[in-house]
Amino acid sequence: MSPAEALRAERAERAEGAERRPGPLWSLGLLRSELLTTFRRWRTLALLTVLAAVPVLIGIAVKLETDDGSSAGGGGEGPAFISQITNNGLFLVFTALAATLPFFLPMAIGVIAGDAVAGEASSGTLRYLLVAPAGRTRLLLTKYATVLAFCLVATLVVAVSALAVGALLFPLGELTTISGTRIGLAEGLARALLIALVVAASLIGVAALGLFVSTLTNSGIAAMATTVGLLITVQILDQIPQLDAVQPYFFSHYWLSFADLMRDPVYYEDLVRNLGLQAAYAVVFGSAAWARFTAKDITA
Amino acid sequence: MAPYESDSTTAAEAGGLRAGRHRRRAARYVVPGAVLGVAAATIGLVPALADSGDPDLPEMTAQQLVEKMAESDVDQLSGTVKITTDLGLPDLGGLESGLLSGGSHSDGDGSAADPSSKLTELVTGTHTLRVAADGPDRQKVSLLENAAEYSLIHDGKDVWGYDSGSNEVYHSTVSDRSGELTKEDVPATPEDLTAQALKAVDDTTSVTVDGTAQVAGRDAYRLLIEPKRSGSTVGAISVAVDAETGLPLKFTLTPSSGGAAVVDAGFTQVSFAKPDAKTFDFTPPKGAKVTEADESGGAAQAPKRAQKPDEDLAGNLGGLTVLGEGWNSVATFDTGGEGLPTAGDDGGLGGFLDSLGSKVSGGFGSGTVFSTRLVNALITDDGKVYVGTVTKEELVKAADAAK
Repeated sequence: MSPAEALRAERAERAEGAERRPGPLWSLGLLRSELLTTFRRWRTLALLTVLAAVPVLIGIAVKLETDDGSSAGGGGEGPAFISQITNNGLFLVFTALAATLPFFLPMAIGVIAGDAVAGEASSGTLRYLLVAPAGRTRLLLTKYATVLAFCLVATLVVAVSALAVGALLFPLGELTTISGTRIGLAEGLARALLIALVVAASLIGVAALGLFVSTLTNSGIAAMATTVGLLITVQILDQIPQLDAVQPYFFSHYWLSFADLMRDPVYYEDLVRNLGLQAAYAVVFGSAAWARFTAKDITA
Repeated sequence: MAPYESDSTTAAEAGGLRAGRHRRRAARYVVPGAVLGVAAATIGLVPALADSGDPDLPEMTAQQLVEKMAESDVDQLSGTVKITTDLGLPDLGGLESGLLSGGSHSDGDGSAADPSSKLTELVTGTHTLRVAADGPDRQKVSLLENAAEYSLIHDGKDVWGYDSGSNEVYHSTVSDRSGELTKEDVPATPEDLTAQALKAVDDTTSVTVDGTAQVAGRDAYRLLIEPKRSGSTVGAISVAVDAETGLPLKFTLTPSSGGAAVVDAGFTQVSFAKPDAKTFDFTPPKGAKVTEADESGGAAQAPKRAQKPDEDLAGNLGGLTVLGEGWNSVATFDTGGEGLPTAGDDGGLGGFLDSLGSKVSGGFGSGTVFSTRLVNALITDDGKVYVGTVTKEELVKAADAAK
């Protein structure tokens, strides 16, 4: 499409937009159709299935290992909370989230976020999306909202699957916090829900980063690979002690702070830092994605 | 936020269109740039704004302040303590703690929840502790770790250690020696550290009130304890004393050689309300491995194992004498042996030790000095050991004088 043609198309689009100002209900409709498209994809369902399988595997492994009465985790090895699973099945939720948060969850987010814009571009459907009087900013916001919804759904899938497996294989009941105090099952469940929400919120940064990468390229695969590659790079850099001056700025640095919710009283310092950092990533990369996407030539 | 790429381009001429578009495209990137700047500035400014300057408090002499601290009768508090220690020890990483606690794991008779093996971790790095106290009978100290916590709970006559990472429990009763470990052997709170420092106050020390400070949101006086003579590695000890209760809130020990503090322990948050009763209520969780302090030989041996080798040496040989007085005092004892293994007779170990220390000689003969930022030790070739918080030169002087 030549620039003149593009201009004409835009003008036509504008004219239509002026006639029929998109209302908030219309945006909801766009969001709903985006959500349906995303969650109906086989790819998305496969990702969610893999995530749901992780707690099942952990639960069965711990059950088999501790059937003879020995303790799991061999004295502090393995993912966080693993040694407490045998006391209380609810701990499987925390272990499963601690095991999936460093890699499985953000990888799934990276795939969905990377695909959000670049995927449409590579399959040639982005043009048609923009022909509708949605506007680029609105479309981008809808895409981001869809990715965030996936963050929440993915985390809840892990948590619910872990809760089901934990309840089946291990006893539930009063649980001991990592500070040694005891809380009832109802409070334990409330904290588990809170932890799931915090974990979902921990992924906001990756989601924004993925969306930005997605606006840079027209290849869905390239965007996914770049996002997941960045994720792995940051995770590795976060382990190098010589880099401790910059590590607090890595989006993954405070991820495990969700465990602080299992202290009694709750230790908020790192939790607040984590949420602040995620918000900063969302705003910085979200606005970068906006700058890129609204100024981009859409040729496919 | 305009939903469209080109809001005002329709009227523009085709020629000017391109340039204008490019400018506007570039202009859009100003937004993320500005957002990044605001985010960075917020991160930078928040701590600066939180530092609201030194509070105005009525004048107080050092004497009055020390008395106030002595009268302090805070027995209910809860708070968070951040402790940073930088002794300048060679960074052995996990090696040292691995050596110390490794034995107990492989033997299978010790417990990961043993207080003596756990709290030696405080010797290096930055740690966050939670403390809570309700009278003399109920205290709790928790060491916050990554997704785990080690808690030492004293409730009446029971002392529980709970290591959530390995799900192990250590139990003893107060009549046991280990019951006193929290307070006596491992000073970790600013209060414990200050008590140790004030023990050292005598006429070789200058104690002054050095203005005020704000610690954990509370107004505090700053007490400065300095050795009068040079020669000590201790530069100054600064203690922030809560103006209301007289409780030390922050303890900082700076070395005379300058640089970062060797020990910096302070409350980041403190409350003098009665802690929740369930804080001190501990029942071992189902399935946790419980080690009783007097149950097996293993647990009884555990504290001994946790000691550093040199402490063992000192304990076995006894004959400890102190030379000099005040801050420049040097402890000395005779190992009765032949000094350190040298590279000649025990390749690996000797060479390794030589690389850590430096050779000195003087009126006493010759020996090896091992330096940290706070404690220096001289081990002479004829087996005498001189240890003190004094400079290397002072150590050699003491050794010369003792000869």
